[in-house]
Amino acid sequence: MRFYEYESRRIVERAGIPVTKYGFCTTADEARAAAESIGGSVVIKSQVLTGGRMKAGGVKLADTPDEAAEHAAAILELEIGGHMPVGVLVDPKAEVEQEYYAAVLWDGRAKRPMMLFSDMGGIDIEQVAAEHPDHVGRAHLSNLHPIADFKAKEAVARCGMTGSELTRATMILARLARLQRDYDMTLAEINPVARLTDGSFVALDAHMEMEDEAVGRHRKMLAEIGVGLSEPREMYEPSEFERNVKAIDAADHRGVIQGKDHGFTGNIGLVIGAGGGSLTLTDAVRSQGGKPANYAEIGGNPSVAKSRGLAKEVLEKDGVEKIAVMMSIVSNTRVDIVARGVIKACLELGRDPAETIAIFRIPGAWEDEGYKILDKYGVEYVDRSVSMWEAAGMAVRKVQG
Amino acid sequence: MSVLLHPDFTFIVQGITGREAVNLTRECLDFGSKIVAGVTPGRKGREVHGVPVFDTVEQAVAHHGAPIDGAVATVPPAFTKDAVMEAIENGIKLIVVVTERIPRRDVAEMVELAGERGARIIGPNCLGLIAPGVAKMGGIGGPAKDAAKAYVAGSVGVMSRSGGMTTEISSTLTAAGLGVSTAISIGGDAIIGSTYAELMPLFEEDPQTEAIVIYTEPGGRMEAELVEWREQAGSTMPIVAFMAGRFMDDEEMQGMSFGHAGTIVEGKEDSATEKIARLEAAGIPVVERIDEIPDRVKEALGR
Repeated sequence: MRFYEYESRRIVERAGIPVTKYGFCTTADEARAAAESIGGSVVIKSQVLTGGRMKAGGVKLADTPDEAAEHAAAILELEIGGHMPVGVLVDPKAEVEQEYYAAVLWDGRAKRPMMLFSDMGGIDIEQVAAEHPDHVGRAHLSNLHPIADFKAKEAVARCGMTGSELTRATMILARLARLQRDYDMTLAEINPVARLTDGSFVALDAHMEMEDEAVGRHRKMLAEIGVGLSEPREMYEPSEFERNVKAIDAADHRGVIQGKDHGFTGNIGLVIGAGGGSLTLTDAVRSQGGKPANYAEIGGNPSVAKSRGLAKEVLEKDGVEKIAVMMSIVSNTRVDIVARGVIKACLELGRDPAETIAIFRIPGAWEDEGYKILDKYGVEYVDRSVSMWEAAGMAVRKVQG
Repeated sequence: MSVLLHPDFTFIVQGITGREAVNLTRECLDFGSKIVAGVTPGRKGREVHGVPVFDTVEQAVAHHGAPIDGAVATVPPAFTKDAVMEAIENGIKLIVVVTERIPRRDVAEMVELAGERGARIIGPNCLGLIAPGVAKMGGIGGPAKDAAKAYVAGSVGVMSRSGGMTTEISSTLTAAGLGVSTAISIGGDAIIGSTYAELMPLFEEDPQTEAIVIYTEPGGRMEAELVEWREQAGSTMPIVAFMAGRFMDDEEMQGMSFGHAGTIVEGKEDSATEKIARLEAAGIPVVERIDEIPDRVKEALGR
């Protein structure tokens, strides 16, 4: 789950990491009030879940409260990368002496969280790591033991820092590490951490991502920072196809179906599964010159209604000529149930299953029962002796005529 | 011989009274596996296909009267970490975690504890492992008669991030007369108990295994780890890789996630193209079709 900048700010603040005074506003009047309360020049930032805000004109400097209101009014109406902002963040124009980088993220290879700290903040950390490796300090954390401050201190010291700066930065990094663990963040990043002219350290911009699987156990914290769990937080707006497939899946607990068509514009409808099989089959269709209209995953043991629902949604997509029904060898999914579902979808749409289903290749559990049904409707099918690649090729050739 | 399993290997099923666990128990027993007990809190005294059910792993071990070799954990995600830790703390050395959608922190905690206790975790989000003619541990291959059809004993070890594709690949090896020594569904998540590199030494020591086939996807650094292990260990056992999800490299697919939780590309190094280049540079051929695998394995073995 991704967070807006203002939400990340609230999360960081709750964890005891100092931040500057700020305001989250949804109207120009609120922005004026926030600017008055903060005092001095302020920055107005669009709150969207997409990058490129600065370039799009979603970040503006204001010297007076009236100017803040004016900019906020404009930014609240400005669409960025297809997203309307949920509000604006009003921040003081901070007097920064130096910028630092702090992050805690998973190191999949070490299977532990890793702390990262750099005294070259505000810029892309990957670039710093490549060009100035001695300015990036790292330290791994144990998953089992409490997070010790000295680990954070080691990471900070490893990028060459000392003095009171070391102790202040250590406190921020240690708290960030606890936040990452306590709230199941896949990424907890503050860039930049700033040392202001008065010597204090504050988090100027934070970026948080919570693991989707863990959202359920943080409902209380999310409610406290004002996050509604029903809001979509996708990188892009789900299509009608994607929404419909999701609704069909949610209506029945047996088995799982998923469908995506973002980025797909072809004419071969894919009714495929399971996870690895779907990736393999999508590649196989494309590598043989086919143009998939969608991606799909059938998993577990879905009902006839669910298989029918997926096939129907795929068939009703614009430009879909035929569907290919394919999976790797199944042991849980029942071949006969999927066969019945896809045939039902064709019949309900007034289409001949023999013409509409380019190929059926699902070997495995209950295959003989499935083949009987397919025979009855004249649908072409193949068993495990025909590879996934070959089956995909048969489908491509049929659609291309 | 086989990897991890042997004819006298004993195991328990945690969460044995759940619907899928009941099926899995039937399948494993039919395949010849030795399931000595099941554990579901509050269900002590029941039986599942003749297997006695207990409230705790401690009771299961006491009933068996000897150390138990393994556990299959099929409990809901919120309770999996505790179940796995219970198995580890009761002396169980091999735990297959079937459950999917477990938060990464929980996985990391149980994997670290397993490391400290000399235990091994396979998964999570996996179908387990199978040694044809010996035993199967988990739902891998499905009902015993289906599993026997796809998996025939032979010389190739299989490791796969996809449970379903483990069976597809093994069936292809079986049809080509090569057969399978042990096939392991290692799980598709971002953090898993046992990676390719961590399992390779076992296959290396197994006299039955002559070559390895891996199924992989974009996301993660497991292939880089495998390549490094191979160089450090000076291993010459032939490996053939199959990479799925090449289409995710396309520009219009950027930022999208498909399939497993681990299949989220976090940087250029994670992409299919980069992984293929890295594997091939290390002398590990990467095929585009599953049906090419047997010939590549035979070539590598000089047959």
